[in-house]
Amino acid sequence: MEHKNKTKVIAEPGKQELFIIREFDAPRELVFKAFTDADLIVQWLGPCDMTMRIESHEMRNGGWWRYFHKTKDGMEFGFHGCIHDITAPSRIIRTFEFEGLPESGHVVLETAHFEELPKQRTKFTIQSVFQSVADRDGMVQSGMEGGVVDSHNKMDELFEKLLATKSK
Amino acid sequence: MRRDVFQAIADPTRREIINLIAYKSLNLNAIADNFDVSRPAISQHIKILTECGLITIKKQGRERYCEARLQQLNEVSNWIEQYRQSWEKQFNKLDDLLEGLKAKEKKSTKKK
Repeated sequence: MEHKNKTKVIAEPGKQELFIIREFDAPRELVFKAFTDADLIVQWLGPCDMTMRIESHEMRNGGWWRYFHKTKDGMEFGFHGCIHDITAPSRIIRTFEFEGLPESGHVVLETAHFEELPKQRTKFTIQSVFQSVADRDGMVQSGMEGGVVDSHNKMDELFEKLLATKSK
Repeated sequence: MRRDVFQAIADPTRREIINLIAYKSLNLNAIADNFDVSRPAISQHIKILTECGLITIKKQGRERYCEARLQQLNEVSNWIEQYRQSWEKQFNKLDDLLEGLKAKEKKSTKKK
């Protein structure tokens, strides 16, 4: 199937936020469902060579979500956060944290808008606000696929350092 | 402190310095004259830009000229493009899923 709609990423230098914008040829209610229904999410979210597992998926205000993406070698990477606000079918606000970083607590605030467009189409915009410019740039640099592997490598480096200092 | 291109361009003064020397190499004094910031501060910015590979310093006689190496900036756009493509793949999958869902809905309304 040919994909006419292009994904746009805005990551201005020196800012702590990034935007991802994409239009879909489907009504807003359907697009919103695809982002909030567990059975649907696993069918599209995540790096293509990984399988997704949903451990928790409470799509309500104050709900807890936790997803895992697993590589072919069986390495699993977890992501979790809280749903701050769900206002169907127009808005989702949640926190996001990647469990694979050497240090915990690098949380992202994500606000997603679903806007109705003419001819039964939808515009999806997500604003991700990071705790620092470095956090944002780290995420962009690592991307999604490369990112989890990079993070694993970074962890290796960190462990090497820790072991080296211990043995001194 | 991180020394990569992202870190280099995060600062507005450094972005301005790159703009200044993009078309013409300048020496330190000529660069500093364009800013209200102190000379040592400009030196520090130039040091960071050099460490990140965005500037090289070339000697011409007694003068040291700062020359821009803009190919490094491609690194930033490459990263963003990779990140964008990662999302593009996922949204393409979502496109296909949505087509399937729409078709299902059409079928079920036809039956009614």
